Amino acid sequence: MKKINSIFYLLLIPVLAWLLISIVVPHLDLLFKSFRFENDDGLMVFSFNNYLAFFEDDIYWLTFVKTALYSIAVTLLAFLVTFPVAFYLTKVVAKKYSRFMVLLLLIPIWIGELVTLYGWMILLSDNGVINQFLISSGIIDAPIEMLYTHFSMTIGLLYMSMLFMIIPMMSALDSLDDSLIEAASDLGASKWTIFRQIIIPYTVPGIVSGGIIVFMLVIGDYVAPNILGGKSSLWFTEQIYNQFLSTFNWNEGAAFGFLLLLLSSSIVWLALKLTGQKLDRVGS
Amino acid sequence: MRKLLVLISTTALLLSSSLAISQQTLRVLTWKGYAPAKLVKAFEEETGIKVKLTYSNNEEMIAKLRATRGAGFDIAQPSQDRIAFVQKKYPIYQEIDFSKVNTDQLITSMVDAVKKNTAVNGKVYAVPHCYGTTGLIVNKKLAPDANDWSDLWNEKYAGKISYRLKRPLLIATAFGMGKDPFALYNDKKAYKALMKEVETKLIEGKKYVKNYWTSGDTQVEIIKSGDANVISGWDGKGWTLHKTNPDIDFIAPKSGALGWIDTFAIPAKSKNVEGAYKWINFMLAPKNAAYFTNKEGYGTASKGATEFLNDEIKANFSRSFTKEDIDNIKWHPPVPEGFEKIEAKVLDRIKAAK
Repeated sequence: MKKINSIFYLLLIPVLAWLLISIVVPHLDLLFKSFRFENDDGLMVFSFNNYLAFFEDDIYWLTFVKTALYSIAVTLLAFLVTFPVAFYLTKVVAKKYSRFMVLLLLIPIWIGELVTLYGWMILLSDNGVINQFLISSGIIDAPIEMLYTHFSMTIGLLYMSMLFMIIPMMSALDSLDDSLIEAASDLGASKWTIFRQIIIPYTVPGIVSGGIIVFMLVIGDYVAPNILGGKSSLWFTEQIYNQFLSTFNWNEGAAFGFLLLLLSSSIVWLALKLTGQKLDRVGS
Repeated sequence: MRKLLVLISTTALLLSSSLAISQQTLRVLTWKGYAPAKLVKAFEEETGIKVKLTYSNNEEMIAKLRATRGAGFDIAQPSQDRIAFVQKKYPIYQEIDFSKVNTDQLITSMVDAVKKNTAVNGKVYAVPHCYGTTGLIVNKKLAPDANDWSDLWNEKYAGKISYRLKRPLLIATAFGMGKDPFALYNDKKAYKALMKEVETKLIEGKKYVKNYWTSGDTQVEIIKSGDANVISGWDGKGWTLHKTNPDIDFIAPKSGALGWIDTFAIPAKSKNVEGAYKWINFMLAPKNAAYFTNKEGYGTASKGATEFLNDEIKANFSRSFTKEDIDNIKWHPPVPEGFEKIEAKVLDRIKAAK
């Protein structure tokens, strides 16, 4: 017994060291930095100014509010778009085909976000595939402006995060016994009632855990708003990036980073409270 | 216990072998296109040093080197105006030993300018590599009259304008409004006021903008695809585009193209200083420098390169620049410390505006 223990601890050391060196220490360093502020004399002092700047300058908190609202909207959209897909893949189509279809869903992730987004640029541009097709088939005369708008940005964000919504929902739906649906239908429940009373309540943990992942991915995304979003698509992550790279103000950037973590976590917490979910149940 | 010893000794072995490798490698932090594959191969064959390239831009170079206090790379290529103020605050570069640089093959006036602009406490931190200008890239068939910075907020080109929303554009806008921002580099207050005017101008003009491009690739993409006809851009990119589509060309704005010089600088904790100097001398050897210029279109600091240049490259220059245009190039002076903070807020507000 003692031997197992010593091996266990020996194996634990690299794990703990890894967590400590690559996650805890840098975060503590950033946390420390976020409370340092350069005063008018050029000296670094302890201060809350970096955090206060977020609330004082409306450009910062307005951008955050915008980013958060957008992320919530994208999360809801992701649910609406992917629920039928998840349902189809688990309940309608035969198992052997559904595996292959899940593989197809995975492919965009393998290619990488940047390349997929460039693909969307080719599709959505003024002289792009979609506009060319619509014009040549006589449906429209002038190209519809799709690229560099909130529309294209939403598509990009949705496309990149969809899969993370589908997988948890599929695993929840998978464990739903078909006989429950059959029984309800035998007892005369309408399709809508079955959907509302059986399928949705059963899938809620999957929906919520998928929702949390999608929300966090979208609110922390940098590439899609930057490439597909238009001239007014200022995303909060972009402001953090600017603080680090354009202004060289790492202290402010660090403070913004922690604010993003704190505020987005509290949004998730609030959403869990409102839907009456518990994090440990969602996680399973 | 024995296993532990084996573990320790293998790690030690791995570490030491990686040290041995790093003596024969040169980690280059540079811009895309600044280290053509052919030259890298020739350098590796000539010196036996393995080259590892990382592509970046001015902001990222500074951030990367600052994070490691000047470690992780053996040579970097920042623009000359972005060295002195950084070096003063975070010592990330080391002094250039000019006895190791083959200055005979360099254009003297450029070396002197870079020496002056990158000096901190009498020590010089950079060697010039190449130069170019920022101006307009225009589709001449669709926008034949666009020839000045002020065309970037000209209603005539509504919906077909694009630029990179970064500090050079703020400077350019000021010139387009008939002001001289460089003259205010020693007067922070006046500069701040000027930036406020620039901000108002660019927010007013925002409705005409198609999109802000963000990288060399998106710059090329947006005019090539026809999504925009009048964009801000780098001369080399404009001339490369001209090769594939003769309608598109680089134009020196009437109120002055912005001139930049990119340099070689050696990070403070470079592990291969000798290799770095070899790289500098190799890249600036006339034939190699000419190869780079022929390929990328940017001018070189190498004196003897001219005779190896293609006629096409020479034609590019004379097509885009008249004698007055050349005299009117506004060369970036070193950026004073703290100015980037003013500009960053302005840029954020423009980006967030409706």
